Amino acid sequence: MPSKYLIFLGCAIPYRVSAYEISARKVLTKLGVELVEMPEFNCCGLPLDPVSHETMLILAAKNLALAEQQGLNILTLCPGCAGTLKKVNKILKEDKALKEQINSHLKEAGLEFKGTIETKHLLQVLKEDVGIEKIKASVVKPLTMLKVAEHNGCHILRPKEYIGFDDPEDPQSLKMLIEATGATCLDYIDETECCGAPSVGVSDKVALQLARDKLNHVKMVDAQALITICPFCHIMYDTNELRIEKMFNETYGIPILHYPQLLGLAMGMTPEELAFNELRVNASKILKQVTEGVLKQ
Amino acid sequence: MTETVSNNSGKEPIKASELDPKFKYELLKMHGSEKILKCFQCGTCTSDCPVARYSDSYRPRTLIHMAQLGLRDRVLKSDTLWLCAACFTCTDRCPQDVEVASVIRVFRNLAAENGCIPQVFKEQAASLLESGYAYKIPELRIKKRESQGLPPLPKGNAENVRKTLKGVKFIETVQKPAGEQPNAQ
Repeated sequence: MPSKYLIFLGCAIPYRVSAYEISARKVLTKLGVELVEMPEFNCCGLPLDPVSHETMLILAAKNLALAEQQGLNILTLCPGCAGTLKKVNKILKEDKALKEQINSHLKEAGLEFKGTIETKHLLQVLKEDVGIEKIKASVVKPLTMLKVAEHNGCHILRPKEYIGFDDPEDPQSLKMLIEATGATCLDYIDETECCGAPSVGVSDKVALQLARDKLNHVKMVDAQALITICPFCHIMYDTNELRIEKMFNETYGIPILHYPQLLGLAMGMTPEELAFNELRVNASKILKQVTEGVLKQ
Repeated sequence: MTETVSNNSGKEPIKASELDPKFKYELLKMHGSEKILKCFQCGTCTSDCPVARYSDSYRPRTLIHMAQLGLRDRVLKSDTLWLCAACFTCTDRCPQDVEVASVIRVFRNLAAENGCIPQVFKEQAASLLESGYAYKIPELRIKKRESQGLPPLPKGNAENVRKTLKGVKFIETVQKPAGEQPNAQ
């Protein structure tokens, strides 16, 4: 079982989603996954793919080449980064001419893409490398009092040809990982729908309508929280929930948690340790329930 | 019928002079749109598109059909091109394996080469070339990491980023002073 990874933070997490990084590092350490910092980093390339595919290929290949020098596989917290690095790794390994073209760019920085490492997202590492059983065994405070919903987001699953993880039409991994904490994971309509984040800035109206749909569906099944594994999905729901409530005259009050925050609670870590204070939508109601529920046992 | 061609939608009557019969063959050679001719207009992409549900104008099937017909300008100057959220639902569900989202990305890349670059991408490119990160991480965030028990951020080697991106057309375009850039629409 590989338990040592180069951690690839991406840009969005250090920019504004530190609770995800804090909680992920804590639970991974507790599960015995060793994280090594990237010696040098640049954007994975995904944000610029719409305007220049070539730029994206070079940026992703440069990161892969840097990781290859370390001889370690990459673990990302952002599904966008994971998807991009996986896709470019596969494309360049299969297309020799393109690989040569991209390597001619990397040469300018003394680098070469060889295709010797793999990239996995946090969810995939937890499911495949750590394993559900080990995660269950790490739970000291089962969250049996909580009923939550999951949101996988798009890039952890699609396009299937490049990602090759779980079933994009009926994903189960995040559900299993949530239930490993003792919490109930509720089914709801259109679970695999996009959060809308990539359309922000181009059309906020379309983006917020998509987020509103999701929150409505989650509310319909009385979920006490929505669990995410992507910094962009998290921003979309957590940062915009109040805005959506005002704009569409809705009431949600649904806290949006990063999965490692949920797991961390079940492992006995405190909300302070897991940076719950960074969340915009107040989670004190469920935290109180967790504390009282645990006390009752 | 008017002589001016509307570039924003497919609603204006099509004129033979608008058609560029070579457009689809150019697309066949580009990475991502190699399979555009396999599209038989079933509409799965549009009916499953979350953005199309809330947009009056974004229809991936229509864009692909327009490209097949050779309506180069209408496709590349369409505002709605930029609405795609890249969720890849269309790509996964297309019965003809057209990789619809990649075709849309090719359209966007071509539009960008013609100078249609939405502001958000210009900002990300500028940040990338300056810091290696797509967003400029605030100093406060960087300093806060220590008190949060987080290790320092990995160095974004901007010099190496600029070196490796030398010769890329898009990068050369965004590096030019605003006055020398091709104008969007």
